[in-house]
Amino acid sequence: MRLLAVIGATVLGFLAAIGRVAMFAVDTVSHLIRAPWYPKEFGNQLIQIGYLSLPVVGLTTIFTGGALALQIYAGGARFSAEAVVPQIVAIGMVRELGPVLVGLMIAARVTSSIAAEIATMKVTEQIDALVTLSTNPMKYLTLPRVLAATLVMPVLVAIGDIIGIMGGYLVGVNRLGFNAATYLKNTLDFLEPLDIISSLSKGAVFGFIAALMGCYFGMRSARGAAGVGAATKGAVVAASVLILAANFVLTELFFAA
Amino acid sequence: MIELQDVHKSFGPKHVLRGVNLSVPRGESMVIIGGSGTGKSVAIKCVLGLITPDSGSVTVDGQDVTKLRQGSSERDAFLARFGMLFQGGALFDSLTVWQNVAFRLLRGSLKKPKKEAREIAIEKLRRVGLTPDVADLYPAELSGGMQKRVGLARAIAAEPEIIFFDEPTTGLDPIMSGVINDLIREIVVEMGATAMTITHDMTSVRAIADKVAMLHGGKIRGTGPVADMDNSGDPYLAQFISGSADGPIEAVR
Repeated sequence: MRLLAVIGATVLGFLAAIGRVAMFAVDTVSHLIRAPWYPKEFGNQLIQIGYLSLPVVGLTTIFTGGALALQIYAGGARFSAEAVVPQIVAIGMVRELGPVLVGLMIAARVTSSIAAEIATMKVTEQIDALVTLSTNPMKYLTLPRVLAATLVMPVLVAIGDIIGIMGGYLVGVNRLGFNAATYLKNTLDFLEPLDIISSLSKGAVFGFIAALMGCYFGMRSARGAAGVGAATKGAVVAASVLILAANFVLTELFFAA
Repeated sequence: MIELQDVHKSFGPKHVLRGVNLSVPRGESMVIIGGSGTGKSVAIKCVLGLITPDSGSVTVDGQDVTKLRQGSSERDAFLARFGMLFQGGALFDSLTVWQNVAFRLLRGSLKKPKKEAREIAIEKLRRVGLTPDVADLYPAELSGGMQKRVGLARAIAAEPEIIFFDEPTTGLDPIMSGVINDLIREIVVEMGATAMTITHDMTSVRAIADKVAMLHGGKIRGTGPVADMDNSGDPYLAQFISGSADGPIEAVR
């Protein structure tokens, strides 16, 4: 009986959390169509989330693209298929690794900073202060972050895809002896519009998830330094897991036969 | 006129407010005293609508606070009548001092041109004893006492009718406490504002209060003019004033 009660409580708690997150998401989006808006905050977040994430996106994807080329070459050699390196690197980066890796790096970089910032604001009563100054924290803090992340992530993913393919290209041409022109031609010929559309759509969804989790956990932070720590940890874990889960669902939607 | 009637509030198993009754007439300075964790902040936050009471009513000039929908224009208008000084200052650390002070004047219904807002901010900073050169600093660059002053300037920036002070002297040295107390008293008198202060600093009480109310066990034990505080005959109040460990209030809470 005891065990059943524990299982029941866990399941109910989980469902309640899903409900709270969903309501938080709906509340956030609803402020899109309700004034006032804070365009300056939105602009700040575009720079914070987008522009300042460029180095980490570039570094992550260039190394991954390079490693991918080496692996595919080595694996392909087992059945004399070394020549497919450009095509598989392109598909692998654009469809999967580009959006997922950029999503996870954004969860690490952006979700954590959003959660820690908002949680600290909550703990030091800055959120209460916003309310007493007639400013809705959902409009002033949450919406600009979520909207900026959703809009800027496709751009980051596109840049990540290109740099990742470039990583593969550099390794392919310099280490594996591919002809530069052929490598590029094979890559470009092989990619289809749907590959790119799926990549950018994934980016938008992952950006939404990353910023939303940061705001949600930050706003619900418990008191004290431990509360801020727990909120940050929870936000990053939830964002990462949700990004990977959403990736599966989106892949299924786009590419299931 | 602020009125709390039979206000109850629990957080999980913890009953913080158990039927608070309190009324603060317009233009009066009411100080609520009570030990740490007795729910003083909760009571104030109920008036501002930051916390919704479980039962009971909170009205300001007859308007029921709990009925104001979050984000509605009535609630905005309602909140525009208030100023609040938070315990830790609660300054926005991503904004400069003057942007903090002028926060309400830079956006929303009270929006003013930037230059004018800055001028008002500097004037309010001067009112709380700060020079214009702090205006472009960030809150983290200020001492605790200066942060309190900036918080005070922000609370009065939009000329509120009602001002709340949450433990205004906590964390300050005795001299700085005295300065802040005097400042609060002066400002409340010159603005003709209604003030509600929560504190456990008895020096503060004597400097700021017209009337004192004591919150204990989730209820207001009694209200009276500050002059009668020392011979109220209430053993709880007497113990609190003397700061003695012996008496009806348990030392371990």
